[in-house]
Amino acid sequence: MNRELKRVSILTLAMFLTLFVSTSIIQFFQAPNLDADARNTRTLYDSYSVERGAIVASGAAIASSVPSDDAYQFQRIYANGPLWATVTGYLPINGEATGMEAALNPELSGNASSQFFDSLNRIFTGQDPKGASVETSLDATLQQAAWDALGDYQGAVIVTEPDSGRILAMVSKPTFDPNSLAVHNGQQVIDSYQALVDDPSDPLFNRATGGDLNPPGSTFKLVMVATALESGQYTPDSTFPNPASYTLPGSSSVVRNSGGGTCGGGATVTLATALRLSCNIPMAELAVELGDAAIRQQAEKFGFNTEFDIPMPTEASVYPRSLDDAQTALTGFGQGQVLATPLQMAMVSAAIANDGIVMRPNTVDRIVNPNLTLLSEMQPEEYDRAISSATARTMTEMMVNGVENGAASNATIDGVSVAGKTGTAEHGEGDPYTLWFTGFAPADDPQYAITVMVENGGGLGQEGYGNLIAAPIAKQVLEAVLNK
Amino acid sequence: MNDVTAPPTGKVKRIRVPQRLRNLELGILIPAFVIILSAIVLVQLGALGHVDTQLIVLGAGLIVLVLGLHITLRFVARDADPFIVPIATVLNGIGIAMIYRIDIAEGNEGWDSIAVKQIAWTAIAIAAAITTLLVLRNHRILFRYTYLFGLAALVLLLLPLVPGLGNEVNGARVWISLGGFLNFQPGELAKIALAIFFAGYLVRNRDALSMTGPKFLGIQWPRMRDFGPLLIVWAVAMGVIVFQRDLGTGLLYFGLFLCMLYVATGRFSWIAIGLSLFVAGAIIAVQTLEYVRGRVDAWLNPFDQSVYDATGGSYQLVQGLFGLAKGSMLGTGLGQGRPYITPLAESDYIIASLGEELGLAGLFAIFALYLLFVERGFRIGFAGQDDFGKLLGVGLAFVVALQVFVVVGGVTRVVPLTGLTMPFLAAGGSSLLANWIIVALLLRLSDTIRNHPRLVIES
Repeated sequence: MNRELKRVSILTLAMFLTLFVSTSIIQFFQAPNLDADARNTRTLYDSYSVERGAIVASGAAIASSVPSDDAYQFQRIYANGPLWATVTGYLPINGEATGMEAALNPELSGNASSQFFDSLNRIFTGQDPKGASVETSLDATLQQAAWDALGDYQGAVIVTEPDSGRILAMVSKPTFDPNSLAVHNGQQVIDSYQALVDDPSDPLFNRATGGDLNPPGSTFKLVMVATALESGQYTPDSTFPNPASYTLPGSSSVVRNSGGGTCGGGATVTLATALRLSCNIPMAELAVELGDAAIRQQAEKFGFNTEFDIPMPTEASVYPRSLDDAQTALTGFGQGQVLATPLQMAMVSAAIANDGIVMRPNTVDRIVNPNLTLLSEMQPEEYDRAISSATARTMTEMMVNGVENGAASNATIDGVSVAGKTGTAEHGEGDPYTLWFTGFAPADDPQYAITVMVENGGGLGQEGYGNLIAAPIAKQVLEAVLNK
Repeated sequence: MNDVTAPPTGKVKRIRVPQRLRNLELGILIPAFVIILSAIVLVQLGALGHVDTQLIVLGAGLIVLVLGLHITLRFVARDADPFIVPIATVLNGIGIAMIYRIDIAEGNEGWDSIAVKQIAWTAIAIAAAITTLLVLRNHRILFRYTYLFGLAALVLLLLPLVPGLGNEVNGARVWISLGGFLNFQPGELAKIALAIFFAGYLVRNRDALSMTGPKFLGIQWPRMRDFGPLLIVWAVAMGVIVFQRDLGTGLLYFGLFLCMLYVATGRFSWIAIGLSLFVAGAIIAVQTLEYVRGRVDAWLNPFDQSVYDATGGSYQLVQGLFGLAKGSMLGTGLGQGRPYITPLAESDYIIASLGEELGLAGLFAIFALYLLFVERGFRIGFAGQDDFGKLLGVGLAFVVALQVFVVVGGVTRVVPLTGLTMPFLAAGGSSLLANWIIVALLLRLSDTIRNHPRLVIES
């Protein structure tokens, strides 16, 4: 019996050795792979257990982490969430982050390679790991003013600082509350997210930098005038034939001015008048004369066809390649295949305000370590010189004239000289227009470049136009900071 | 007999022997108590952030009970093995600390607390062990009731299938519900009854079972007419798998019988036949029983997304692996991991919970404790004087070893996952009760084999 017992003992020992080996394989050899599995929520929770840095605007946190009692240890709080959703984005427990939460995730979570020594220091000094804070360029006063001024319209407002490219306000409506996507309940996040995706008004779009891009309409005439003046063959006084209707080259389609008649009377019309009154026919004629290649080249100097990271990714505005004359003529007044984001049009205005130089847009001023040392500071960065100083000065005058005596009259602010250009972009037959205003103020010492874009005709269908709806919004926003 | 110093009186005289083994046991119990109380305090510091005296008081109550068992041994089984009680105590206590840790995570308080219930069950189980030791002064009494224990095992197995009494939990019909609140797994007690029955039956019939029949494939096979008992046990095990949908218990009973049959008869051919029957049964089960197929799928392809997402799929298995991986070599520390993510972290998956918070090092220590426990059982087998006691000791020890292997093997993907519980560690009253009775039986057996003469009839 003892011989059998000995064998059973050996078998039992072998069974236990198997268990020693199998646990070693899992806990030691396979552990790195298991930790890296996308389904491993423990790894996810670990990433949450670090106190994430705050996102700050005008000295106040717009996103911050507060301790929570659950497995995640910290709850992300978005103060005044809908107001800042375009900037902060959100950080869901079970999906991809967006906005600054995604773009600056390494810094906010303390994992950026530049933070290595800081986090090492914190480990050795026994402090809990913590991410860096981001100080944004956004101005709480302007953001609130833009939010209020846009009201219930579907659209966007963006304000930049012309000489630095710093974005001071960026509002898109309709929007959402990022807090609803930061809850620590996976199903609730999925439900909230699905409701936002299913919403026909697309609240997840940041219409200031992307979404379904709109044609810029007459605001693109600024690019046309810039192309013309930069070519050296045109001055503001150059004249164009002034018919009441214009048949597109090689086509039977007819183009009219917005009023239906000629552009300010007379057999010919000057470039300055065409811009001031925002006439379509002279611009179509100018586009055909300049050709699509020259216009594209100028547009690209302003930033068209480039995706800018602010540091959140943005959509590129489009001036397409190889257009025929009819298509080129349509782009002359911002129709056809040209598409632009409000950010792009703000860059056009800002370049004119900034002596012709386009600055790279950005939303970040500084990134600050938990110990309050500077991790990095953003320096204004030049993108390109779009136009000469002389052209910039000339165009400023023309845009001021457009507000004081022209089609952008509703942007007038008492005591402040405003430079501006409105736009009313058409879509399909019978579809509501997209209404635009872009400009800057004060014209003699530009501090703010602003672009307003309102989709859906501002609720007026084809009755709305840029000066009626978009220009007053810009005026209201600028007044909040200029006319205190 | 040199130590007989008393003057002749002509009376029966008890020899005073120093309680060397009991003193050793007490010496090992003290560090065991320290380990348990430290584990509870560490859980509180890790998961609660402060010390809460309530559970420590309950833990201290347990210590008193274990000391009660120790004192009982001093009177009724003074030569019992000194390692068995400390090992069972440490395992039981670590289990309570981990269950308590899951309670904290899930917010279970008062009578919802699984740890409090576990402590109550531990008290009942230790009381049952004391009673067993007091009532059962000689293990050979059990031999007398061999067939009664066989019948009892059968009744206990069938109880969960009785309508109105049986209760289905997680798909398995192995529970009975008394009065709607007291849930019990009679199968746990059945394994003790079966071990007693097998030991008694095999001692009685080993000669017939050892008879050689035809020689075939170079092996001496048993006689065909002796196949009956093996086929019956195989049928019972398969019945458990089919009707109670409990893979692990069926495997446990059959493995227990095979082991005891081999030790009793010394015929390797029995193992060959038994394993063939088992493999055949397993193949049939995989092909006909959906829950068995699901377990096997999850075992072979746990990371396959469709298996992971399936109901009864590999979600629990994979989460357990993630927990073990998180624990790595040294663990997160008690109360500082996230074992509660894995379903049934306090019962079927307590070993993964412990692996997460105590690491590979902690699991190795726990396995070593089980190994030592089983070794103490086998020691009875080696040193025992009567075959019944030897077989029973081996059977009880092997059933614990096999259960540990099936549970940990299931969690670590050595074998398909079953619903068995980790002896002493996992939450569950029936399991605790059964395992503490096993402790009592092993203590009684070990006392018998070492029973030095201490009663002397003076002339």
